[in-house]
Amino acid sequence: MIEWFAWAQIAVAVLAGLLCTGLGLFGRRPTDLSMGATALVELLLLAQLVVAIAAPFTGNNPSGSVLEFYTYLISAILLPVGAATWALIERSRWSTVILGGACLAVAVMLYRMLQIWTVQGL
Amino acid sequence: MTGQKSDAEVNTTDGARNRRVTGIGRVLIAVYGLLALAATGRSFVQIAESFADAPLSYSLSALAAVIYIVATVALVRSGRGWYRVAWVTIGFELLGVLVIGALSLVEPDLFQHKTVWSVFGRGYGFVPLVLPLLGMWWLARRAPGRA
Repeated sequence: MIEWFAWAQIAVAVLAGLLCTGLGLFGRRPTDLSMGATALVELLLLAQLVVAIAAPFTGNNPSGSVLEFYTYLISAILLPVGAATWALIERSRWSTVILGGACLAVAVMLYRMLQIWTVQGL
Repeated sequence: MTGQKSDAEVNTTDGARNRRVTGIGRVLIAVYGLLALAATGRSFVQIAESFADAPLSYSLSALAAVIYIVATVALVRSGRGWYRVAWVTIGFELLGVLVIGALSLVEPDLFQHKTVWSVFGRGYGFVPLVLPLLGMWWLARRAPGRA
């Protein structure tokens, strides 16, 4: 992981999460805005996957458990996909809230991943 | 009728049922799914990396993960059978988080390694403690045969 990138991702995920949750609680069904925000979070996660795979080749190694890191990352990658699928099947205000929930959960997972990469096992 | 407004209706693929599921129900299902994913991931890593360190704790973690998965499925499905399964799994989880939570405080040596139920689910924002309570409340409200 690259620290500044991880923090930027966390910020995007939190903002997307708050946006979607807010939109949903105000009765909005999934739109390009909420789906787009979630898609952005997913895109950044996929970029993170590439970064994580490439990092050890540049001497940037995780200090903690690689298995745990990737379990978190793969789970995180699945979340926006699951939430977006739900939102496509059922276009209600609650699907928007769930999009938000998925983004917030991704933010938490990214934070854990950062801990695992930088301080766990030291 | 409950008089509650809900703009959401469940669209089942077979179209035979058109049950009204409230927003709380959806959020409940989503959070249960998330917890199931988290518990499964955690359990997978624990067993793969260090099963010998705490076989009892980690086996319990694996069992909890399976129960969460079944509970999530049971909440999604309709029908009396799944309704009972939902009660049993959610009840089991509540029992688990209370018993293991208490034990982990009273006998910390037994639970050195984190499980999803340690210290009443503190490691997961106490969601494992609150969620079954919410789940049971929701199930009680939509007992089959009630309006």
